[in-house]
Amino acid sequence: MQIGRIIGNVVCTIKNDPLEGKKLLVVQPLDKNGSNHGKPLVAIDAVGAGVGETIYWCRGREASMPWYPDQEVPTEATIVGIIDAIDLG
Amino acid sequence: MLIGKVIGNVVATRKHVSHENQKILYVQILNLDGSGRSNPILALDAVDAGVGDRVLVTQEGWSAMTSVGKPFSPIDMAVVGVIDSVELAP
Repeated sequence: MQIGRIIGNVVCTIKNDPLEGKKLLVVQPLDKNGSNHGKPLVAIDAVGAGVGETIYWCRGREASMPWYPDQEVPTEATIVGIIDAIDLG
Repeated sequence: MLIGKVIGNVVATRKHVSHENQKILYVQILNLDGSGRSNPILALDAVDAGVGDRVLVTQEGWSAMTSVGKPFSPIDMAVVGVIDSVELAP
């Protein structure tokens, strides 16, 4: 998984059915100092995350697993955790 | 797999159920010369590794989820070994 911050959301009225009712959030990947690192992407929320929160997401086919097997959700990025802290040893 | 170094522990109370009761490690992937490569990643811990350990990381989902006994869950990276040594031919 990778760390990022939610910087916005995307609204699509016309979309593939399994995307219905799911929040599409804009994620900015972060480095270990919390600064921007790399390009933003759009991820589906699976844990009730909101704009401004630091999160981590899962990529690839595994990103659709939260809804499997009930739905085949077309996503390759899903937010699967909200980060409270990272204790750097 | 990739060689990495565990640089932190991730605390996340709100997360997908399959991540509960799992240590989430913050890992810096390394080049063979020990220098850092790319942005650090988060990996579930399948071998009880700790901060400072040099570890073996899988970044393929099915391997990652099954290594922690959670098939069909949103897990794409896991620490699957603690490295004692890496011997390279001269």
